[in-house]
Amino acid sequence: MPSRIDRIDRIEGTGIPVRGDNIDTDRIIPARFLKAITFDGLDDHVFEDDRASMPDHSFSNPVYQGAGVLVVNGNFGSGSSREHAPQALKRWGVDACVGESFSEIFRGNALAIGLVCVTAAPDDIERVMTLVEAIPSTRLALSLADRVLDAGGRQVRVDIEGPIRDAFLAGTWDATGLLLDDFEVVRRVAARVPYIHGF
Amino acid sequence: MGKTLLQKVWDLHTVRTLSTGQTQLFIGLHLIHEVTTPQAFDMLRAGGIRVAFPDRTFATTDHIVPTLDRTRPFQDPLAEAMLSALERNCAEFGIPFWNLDSDRQGIVHVIGPELGLTQPGMTIACGDSHTSTHGALGAVAFGIGTSQVRDVLASQSLAIDPLKVRRVAVNGELADGVFAKDVVLEIIHRLGVQGGVGHAYEYGGTAVERMSIDERLTICNMSIEGGARVGYVNPDQTTFDYLRGRPFAPTGAAFDRAVSWWRSIASDADANYDDVVEIDAAAIEPRVTWGINPGQSVSVSERIPSADGRSNGAVTEALAFMGLTGGAPIEGTKIDVAFVGSCTNSRLSDLREAARVARGRRVAPHVTALVVPGSQMVRAAAEREGLDQVFRDAGFEWRGAGCSMCLAMNPDRLEGRQVCASSSNRNFKGRQGSPTGRTLLMSPAMVVAAAVAGEVVDVRNLMERQVPAGVH
Repeated sequence: MPSRIDRIDRIEGTGIPVRGDNIDTDRIIPARFLKAITFDGLDDHVFEDDRASMPDHSFSNPVYQGAGVLVVNGNFGSGSSREHAPQALKRWGVDACVGESFSEIFRGNALAIGLVCVTAAPDDIERVMTLVEAIPSTRLALSLADRVLDAGGRQVRVDIEGPIRDAFLAGTWDATGLLLDDFEVVRRVAARVPYIHGF
Repeated sequence: MGKTLLQKVWDLHTVRTLSTGQTQLFIGLHLIHEVTTPQAFDMLRAGGIRVAFPDRTFATTDHIVPTLDRTRPFQDPLAEAMLSALERNCAEFGIPFWNLDSDRQGIVHVIGPELGLTQPGMTIACGDSHTSTHGALGAVAFGIGTSQVRDVLASQSLAIDPLKVRRVAVNGELADGVFAKDVVLEIIHRLGVQGGVGHAYEYGGTAVERMSIDERLTICNMSIEGGARVGYVNPDQTTFDYLRGRPFAPTGAAFDRAVSWWRSIASDADANYDDVVEIDAAAIEPRVTWGINPGQSVSVSERIPSADGRSNGAVTEALAFMGLTGGAPIEGTKIDVAFVGSCTNSRLSDLREAARVARGRRVAPHVTALVVPGSQMVRAAAEREGLDQVFRDAGFEWRGAGCSMCLAMNPDRLEGRQVCASSSNRNFKGRQGSPTGRTLLMSPAMVVAAAVAGEVVDVRNLMERQVPAGVH
């Protein structure tokens, strides 16, 4: 696998809010759009059914087109392990997600494709959402190095595990290269696992 | 201080700590299917990478399989393209594949255990969140995304964050008509749909110890619905008896050596848990979901909750989508479709319990009802017992094996705002194929009861009185 050095520190752009806890990956990208052998075109269907049932959904609102920072509440991306969900968001233009919390599988999938997920306190999320809803053109600037989101001049503290942050900063977040770094160690571990060799 | 099964398995499989702070964990068994793998194989090809351990990788097809007409090419060209891609990829990379014509084809989480591929102490990965199912045999099993599927194919290992362990102890006797499905719905209701984030759930207690492997599979299956990526039950005699004689289980002296190792990897009596939760089995009643996530359930005798202002609009949103009224009883909720199936509840014992209720009864005229066995092996075993005839006589359709109406990637789906009594695992908006379709999760026996009554009813009122043991 060609080892890719893609350093990620500052992410800047306008924001797009999606309110609600437990927004599952079936809602982000319904299962019928998983019937494909590539991830191409998923951005056309992001939140498709939610948008159909909620005419004021932010992903249908022209003022949020071109936004780069998704602002969400708790347990975002729960449910199915489909990587299609972060893929659809990233292809739509989202470079970072700021939320109260994320499901574990979603966060892992996002990391694997270089989509940054950071958490912030519920009060801060509420402030940023309200601000972005009131003034959609507000510039948001996320600094991973400083663990700060600047929302129109207001500084919000964000959290991300130190080593994950460092991997984004160093451009080593693509795990495949790391995992294949020393394959002999993998073979040694396989050799000590009883079931691999029929006990 | 002793160790948990999770700690022991984690330590044994740790390759090293990565610069991301994650553990590089060796994966002993990789199960793959048609939905989450085509892009992963393309990435391997683009990088000129081989599959590291093709003999530790097994493929089947389940998500897109039509359950009525399985002839090729499929009528749906997208489904056909996905299965063709898997066929090509397995052939090119040397991966064993149980395709449609195999008597071993089925839902990946049903065939792993029934073939004896899933064993205690293993690390398992699969591009599907319900991979937690395999923990029922004492394995540590992770649902992963497509880039991680690529990683496991390439390196037979996974970059993953260490997990805490919460012991969920279910003690006491379950009442008649209360099943493993009701237990796990109760657990998720109690601990919340994000209560398990960052944790593995270790299920134990006397009720779980008495359960069959099929029942434990149902509980572990829905761990992810409570936010726990991993769920497991410590291996015991029930586990060993289940595995003996299965196609991929060790045989002869190797089986005995395996059993002693399997015993050794169970959690120690003095293991240290990050958290312990106790559940009283006797207090659990049949449960039914009323909302749009699996934590939103009530006992069948209870009323649907009303919005109380504290719930961030979640109750209001759920009731609006479901078209249900807060404060109304869940019993009596009309249904249009009944679905017995999915990796949660499509095993032989599930079908037996469902058939016990269906026998001698008829599906209500306005209800479409289908039974979709989890695997071809389950289907054949059920037919040997005549269960297919019981279902057909009662007005159920008897289908081929696959995921079917759990997520509707095949032709089986809800239409419009239909309400489905379903033995599956997710009641998310649009989950069963219609963006406005509505799902009520419950046990297979409760699904059959609802199919017969045409509305949600308490299955305990339909079950024959059990004759106490020893009384004739």
